[in-house]
Amino acid sequence: MISIQNLHAEINGKAILKGIDLEVKAGEVHAIMGPNGSGKSTLASVLAGREDYDITKGSVTYLEKDLLEMSTEDRAREGIFLAFQYPVEIPGVSNVNFLKTAINEIREHKGMEALSAKDFLAMVREKSKLVELDAKLANRAVNHGFSGGEKKRNEIFQMAMLTPSLSILDETDSGLDIDALRVVANGVNKLKSENNAFIVVTHYQRLLDYIVPDFVHVLYNGKIVKSGTKELALELEEKGYDWIKAEQGESITA
Amino acid sequence: MAYQGDEILDEITNQDYKYGFVTDIESDKAPKGLNEDIIRLISAKKNEPEWLLEWRLKAFKLWQGMEEPSWAHVNYPKVDFQSIHYYAAPKPKKQLNSLDEVDPELLKTFEKLGISLEEQKRLTGVAVDIVLDSVSVKTTFKEKLAELGIIFCSFSEAVQEHPELVKKYIGSVVPQSDNFYAALNSAVFTDGSFCYIPKGTRCPMELSTYFRINEANTGQFERTLVIADKGSYVSYLEGCTAPMRDENQLHAAVVELVALEDAEIKYSTVQNWYPGDKDGKGGIYNFVTKRGICAGDRSKISWTQVETGSAVTWKYPSCILKGDYSVGEFYSVAVTNNHQQADTGTKMIHLGKNTNSTIISKGISAGYSNNSYRGLVKVNKNATNARNFSQCDSLLMTDTCGAHTFPYIEVDNKSARVEHEATTSKIGEDQIFYCNQRGIDTEKAIGLIVNGYCKEVLNKLPMEFAVEAQKLLAISLEGSVG
Repeated sequence: MISIQNLHAEINGKAILKGIDLEVKAGEVHAIMGPNGSGKSTLASVLAGREDYDITKGSVTYLEKDLLEMSTEDRAREGIFLAFQYPVEIPGVSNVNFLKTAINEIREHKGMEALSAKDFLAMVREKSKLVELDAKLANRAVNHGFSGGEKKRNEIFQMAMLTPSLSILDETDSGLDIDALRVVANGVNKLKSENNAFIVVTHYQRLLDYIVPDFVHVLYNGKIVKSGTKELALELEEKGYDWIKAEQGESITA
Repeated sequence: MAYQGDEILDEITNQDYKYGFVTDIESDKAPKGLNEDIIRLISAKKNEPEWLLEWRLKAFKLWQGMEEPSWAHVNYPKVDFQSIHYYAAPKPKKQLNSLDEVDPELLKTFEKLGISLEEQKRLTGVAVDIVLDSVSVKTTFKEKLAELGIIFCSFSEAVQEHPELVKKYIGSVVPQSDNFYAALNSAVFTDGSFCYIPKGTRCPMELSTYFRINEANTGQFERTLVIADKGSYVSYLEGCTAPMRDENQLHAAVVELVALEDAEIKYSTVQNWYPGDKDGKGGIYNFVTKRGICAGDRSKISWTQVETGSAVTWKYPSCILKGDYSVGEFYSVAVTNNHQQADTGTKMIHLGKNTNSTIISKGISAGYSNNSYRGLVKVNKNATNARNFSQCDSLLMTDTCGAHTFPYIEVDNKSARVEHEATTSKIGEDQIFYCNQRGIDTEKAIGLIVNGYCKEVLNKLPMEFAVEAQKLLAISLEGSVG
C-alpha cells in the first residue's frame, strides 16, 4: 500500500527524519514507537502532507503513485487519513456539515455523485455507534468545547465516516483514560479489514494491548533502528527506551 | 508553511470585483454642483409639495454650516461636493405594468447580478422595488400588499399618495441637523423606499429593495422610511451591488425605522458595493445614517448586516429604545480586504425601563484593509434595569491588515447591566491543514471557517439572504486559490 524509501525531512534547516524505510501492505497494522523527539509525529505529518517540513531526500509511493507530489487534500481524497494528536477546533462549523463537505469532496474526486442527506444521516447514526459517540456531538461545532477524550473519539468517528485506505494514528492514546482508550481501540479494530492498513504512532505500549500490531518499529533519532513483532513492544515496555539509546550509542562508538 | 500570509494575500488581492460593468441607459441629469436652485429643480422634477421643498432648503442651510466629520478611523481624499450631479433619472419614465416593458439593458444588468426580476417574482413572494440611480422603475406585488393595507412604494410615490404619513415621520428619527451626511441627504435625496404596516398586521412576505448606483459621478442619496404601527411585524431586506468605476462614488443614504407599541421591524442588509481595485483606486464611499426608534412599549428593532463592499464605510445602524421593555439588536459581519476601510458599529440608546439590547459584531480583515468596530451603549438615568450584551470579534487573514475596536459605554443608571466581550484571532494554518487533511481544499476550507465564524450573524438573516451572504463571503475571501 505504501512504500517509504530513505525518507529525509527537515524543518527550518534542522534534520528530523534521517532515512526512513518502511513498507506497509494492505491488511497490516504497523506500530511506530520511540522516545520523545525521535521523529514519530514528523513522519505522520510528512505522510499527511504538512508543508512545514522540507523533504530533502527519499521517496514515498502510495498505491503506485508518488505521494510527495500530491497535495494534502488529494492525499486525503486518495484515502490517507491522519488522526491528529491535537484535533483542531473549528467554531461555528458543525461536525456533520464538516464531514458532509469532506465526504462529498472525496466523492467528487472519485467521480461519484454527492451523498444524499438521507444516506448521509443514516451513515452518521451507524458510525457514531461504532465509537460510542454521543449523537449530540455530531451536531456540535468541530471539536469545539470537546473534552480530550471526545476529540479523540471524534477523530475515529471521522475515520469511520471517510473509510480511508491508510489510517495514521498520531499518539491517539495520549491523554486518554483506560475506558476511552478501549472505545477508540475497539473502533479501530472494527474498521480493520484486509483492504486497509494502519500506522499507529505511540509512545507507550498500552494502546497495543488493544490494537494488536503485526509489526513494531522503533524510531530513534530520525531512523528506524529496530523492527519486530508485537513482542518488541513488550520488551520496550519492560526495559524502557534507554536500552535502545544505549545500543545506538554503542553502535555509533563501536 | 502550509499557508503563508503572502499566499493568502495574493489570493485575496487577485480576486477582481465580479460585478463590475456599466449599464448603458440614457440619463436625464442635473448640472453638477449644489445650490438652492438645484434643490428647487429636484423638488420640481418630483412634483413635490411646498412643505417638502421648505424642509429640503432648511436641511441645506444646516448642511452649509456643518463640517465633514473626521473622527472615524478612515482615510480618503476629500469629496468635492460641487462636482457631483445631484439628480439623474433613466429616460424612459413611462409607467410599466409588465417586465416586457422594462428596458432590456436593465434586465440584462439584473441577470448579471443573478437577481433577475423573473426569478425574484417566481421566488417565494418577494416584492421588489428596484431603485436604479434615483428613480424607481418598477414595483411588484403591490396589489397583494395593498389588500392588507400595507404600503410599500417608492419614496416619491409616498410623497404624492401618503403625504400625511411622510410629513409626520420624515426626520423624526434622523433629524436634518443630525450629522453632515444626513443633512446633505435631507437636502438632495431623490428617491428611496417607503413602507407602512398597519396596526396588528403581519407582513406576509419579506420586503426587498435592490439598490444600484449606475450613473458615473452621480452621488446617490436614498431615503428609506419604515413605519410599523402598533402590533405589526415586517421583515425588510436591502441588498446592493455597483458597477466598476474609476472615480469614487459617494453614497449618503438615510434610513429611518419607527416601531410603535408591540411592533417589530427586522431590517437586513447585504452590501456589496464596488470596493475599489487592488491598489485601492475607485470604489464607493458609503456614509450612511441608519437609525430606528422603538417608540412604543415592547417594540423591537433588529438590524442585521453583511458588509463586504465599499472603499470606505461609515455606518452605525442604531436603536433608540424609548418604549419600556423595548428590544434593540445589531448583528453584523463586516469584511474588508485590499485597501478597504470600514468604521462601523451601532448605537444603543436606552431610554425606557427594562430595555434590552444585543450587539454581535464580526469583523474580518484581509489584505491591507482596516476594519474598525465603533459602538456606543448609553443608558439614560431613567432606564431602570436596562441590559446590554456586546460581543465584538475580529478575524485577521493576513499580517498586513488591521482590526480595531472602539467601544463606548455611558451608564447613568445604577441598575443597568452592561457586558462587553471582545476577541481577536488569526485564521489558523492548523484549521486549514485539518480541513485539507479531510479532503477539503484551501478555498473551500476558508469559506467553511469564515462562515462558521459568522454563523451567529448569518443565522439571523432570512433564508434567501443567508445564501446570498454566504456566497458574498466566499467571493470576498475564498478567491482564486492555486
